Amino acid sequence: MTSPPTTPRLQLTGITKRYPGVVANSNVSLTVAPGEIHAVLGENGAGKSTLMKIIYGAVKPDEGTVRFNGQPAHIRNPQEARALGISMVFQHFSLFDTLTVAENVWLGLDKSLSLNEVTASIDATAAEYGLDIDPKRPVHTLSVGEMQRVEIIRALLTQPQLLILDEPTSVLTPQAVEKLFVVLKKLASEGCSILYISHKLHEIRELCTACTVLRGGQVTGVCDPRQESNASLSRLMIGAEPTALEARVLNAGAAVLAVQNLTLASDDPFGTDLAAIALTVRAGEVVGIAGVSGNGQGELLRALSGEDRRAPAGSIRALGQDASRLPPGKRRALGLHFVPEERLGRGAVPTLSLAHNLLLSRRDAVGAGGWLRLGVLKAQAEDIIARYKVKANGPGAAAKSLSGGNLQKFIVGREIEAKPKLLIVSQPTWGVDVGASAQIRGEILALRDAGCAVLVVSEELDELFEISDRLHVIAKGRLSPSIDRADATVERIGEWMSGLWDAPASNNNQKESAHAAA
Amino acid sequence: MLRLEARPQPSARWGYASPLLALAITVVIGVILFAALGKDPVRGLQVFFWEPIKSTYALSELMVKATPLLIIALGLAVCFRSNVWNIGAEGQYLIGAIFASGVALTATKETGAWIIPAVILAGVLGGMLWAGITALLRDRFNANEILVSLMLVYVAIQVLNYLVYGPWKDPMGYNFPQTKTFESVTQMPRLMQGSRVNIGLLIALAGVAAVWVFLFRTYSGFAQQVGGLAPAAARYAGFSSRKALWIALLTSGGAAGLAGALEVAGPIGQLTPYVPAGYGFAAIIVAFVGRLHPVGIVFSAILMSMFYIGGELAQSRLGLPKSITGVFQGLLLFALLACDTLIAYRVVWKK
Repeated sequence: MTSPPTTPRLQLTGITKRYPGVVANSNVSLTVAPGEIHAVLGENGAGKSTLMKIIYGAVKPDEGTVRFNGQPAHIRNPQEARALGISMVFQHFSLFDTLTVAENVWLGLDKSLSLNEVTASIDATAAEYGLDIDPKRPVHTLSVGEMQRVEIIRALLTQPQLLILDEPTSVLTPQAVEKLFVVLKKLASEGCSILYISHKLHEIRELCTACTVLRGGQVTGVCDPRQESNASLSRLMIGAEPTALEARVLNAGAAVLAVQNLTLASDDPFGTDLAAIALTVRAGEVVGIAGVSGNGQGELLRALSGEDRRAPAGSIRALGQDASRLPPGKRRALGLHFVPEERLGRGAVPTLSLAHNLLLSRRDAVGAGGWLRLGVLKAQAEDIIARYKVKANGPGAAAKSLSGGNLQKFIVGREIEAKPKLLIVSQPTWGVDVGASAQIRGEILALRDAGCAVLVVSEELDELFEISDRLHVIAKGRLSPSIDRADATVERIGEWMSGLWDAPASNNNQKESAHAAA
Repeated sequence: MLRLEARPQPSARWGYASPLLALAITVVIGVILFAALGKDPVRGLQVFFWEPIKSTYALSELMVKATPLLIIALGLAVCFRSNVWNIGAEGQYLIGAIFASGVALTATKETGAWIIPAVILAGVLGGMLWAGITALLRDRFNANEILVSLMLVYVAIQVLNYLVYGPWKDPMGYNFPQTKTFESVTQMPRLMQGSRVNIGLLIALAGVAAVWVFLFRTYSGFAQQVGGLAPAAARYAGFSSRKALWIALLTSGGAAGLAGALEVAGPIGQLTPYVPAGYGFAAIIVAFVGRLHPVGIVFSAILMSMFYIGGELAQSRLGLPKSITGVFQGLLLFALLACDTLIAYRVVWKK
């Protein structure tokens, strides 16, 4: 690299970090200039998080040097990182629900300021960056987007010279993402450097001025994302271009799942109550449900899968039968199969072998009198491993020994091989690398073409636009009417995510309040 | 400095080696203990590990003590694998013994051999009933099964005391708190002349096979364990957690009750306040040392039985208090829990 005109804000040279059995970072170098928004792009497991933890002092590198503003830095813990001027906003928020915004921020700062002073500086910072938030509100009343604002304000109050954001948009509506980008660009223009970790290519191309791509713990490229295309970036990231799925003409058959007037109070005090959900999925179509997480997706899926059997009688009809009160096993017997979003612990038992995990949803290897035919079970697992290209140490490998993507391929394979008539999939490719994602989506579409009805719940709009024939949006426990994919736009779906599908799209005032709610 | 480093995969080798290492550590601490008490450590070890196996008779006595431990621990293995923590096997054992005694006391000189299965069945039912109370309270009111089952042990002891000091006291027994000696027809048939080993041992070994088949070869055994390993996965699969709770407690309660019946109608031959010998608690250690695996439990039950016999011998031969048995049991469990760290972690030397 040519030497930048000024001293780099952050310079990593030859960083290597080994964990037992895996090299997380191998000879990684990274240079961030002052005022630069620098993307760190890579698939899950590429070593992004380890690298950020090294910068933030949470993990010590085995080899390599870190220079901050030209000075060698040995950051031993996050406190030292903050003292240097490095702040980090984590993907998972660390806020106390019962405390107010100001109290939460105050807790994270050194104790030189009073709560009143902190409240005042929150107001000042919020006004300066357009991060409107009331410091006196308890955190549990905030939306996810607002919680993220609290985290960002908390980071900003330490006056960072380098702000690290880990997958910040995974929980935001498209409109909230736009607002976040405005804030980040303003921060950068004031000289704060930003490290932006993501695997979303279009965001990086829109926001960042430099990009370091990681693959398998190594740097595979440094580029200016504004000069690149999605295809060239993903080539750097995964070494190949994902195959594009082709559009098709919808020819849906009879209704396989019909949900009507499903109203259900959540059994979790912090959950979302479902209100009059109506939904139809026909044979041979994929229906997508978009929405920011925590808007009732979990509750709806548990009611559909049978894990929650309190749905009012007649509200859920599957394959012509009233399934509202049926246990999961009976629903599977009807042909309803379900891929839950949590793979370890729900979709699979972590300590059991892949073969035994088949028994959670399949009974093919159960003989007369409940006797297990282990040979059949093993063959079945081997078959799925081969057909779905699952990287695993054979059918005896414990579920927890697989990477998230490989376990997901196995679970999706398990459900698809059951030849379902109705498949419900939650977050099919969450945390799954690009190659495996494309494969899983392809399998779902192949199943659809074979005449299966498919319902997909996802937070990734790109994914839903790619595979769905029709879309719904879930917000605050209510489900929007369905919209054909051809008629849906990201803007419209984004608005609906705030619960405003009844309002005319041209009404600007309501649009504004929708943004505030996000 | 020694440090623990997480293993990427839990070690299968240490899974088997850790109980052996724990035993070795227990022996080393035992040697230190004997030396500190001014006893010859070699003699001490001999009493615990050689005397119980040195003759056919000693071996048969070893089996007599190992049988109830094995039966109770088998039931507990099913229970603990289902993530249900029945700590009150001692109470279920006692109620099983009481129910069995109730049937045995009805026997007269003319009673036929049918009384044997009746006694056994009564013991099983008694244990199930006692564990069923815990299951009901847990199921209905979400009461903590650890506390409930443990407290019911002390209730069971009082029930026993009431019976042997009250209505069931032998009128010809010189006012000793005990029932009359059961008719010989109720005695569990012995397997050979000159030893106290009875059909209980065969029942226990059949139990080993049955539990192994249930856990590892049947669908219901699989469903039973999923709830313990990953409750959300059990819900996803549609395995009922209530069913698993009842199966777990009724199995372990029934097993403990069976052991109680075999004991009162076997080696003891009457109901006395000394029936509670701590088998129900020792079986918890047996179950864990045996890795909750039926075959492992066979070995750990024999080991624990050695501690019982060794403790008694240490009393007469070395003049040590009987509580030495408890000390050894505790040491073994403690060392095992410490050694189990090695399954998930490895020790590395780092500066």
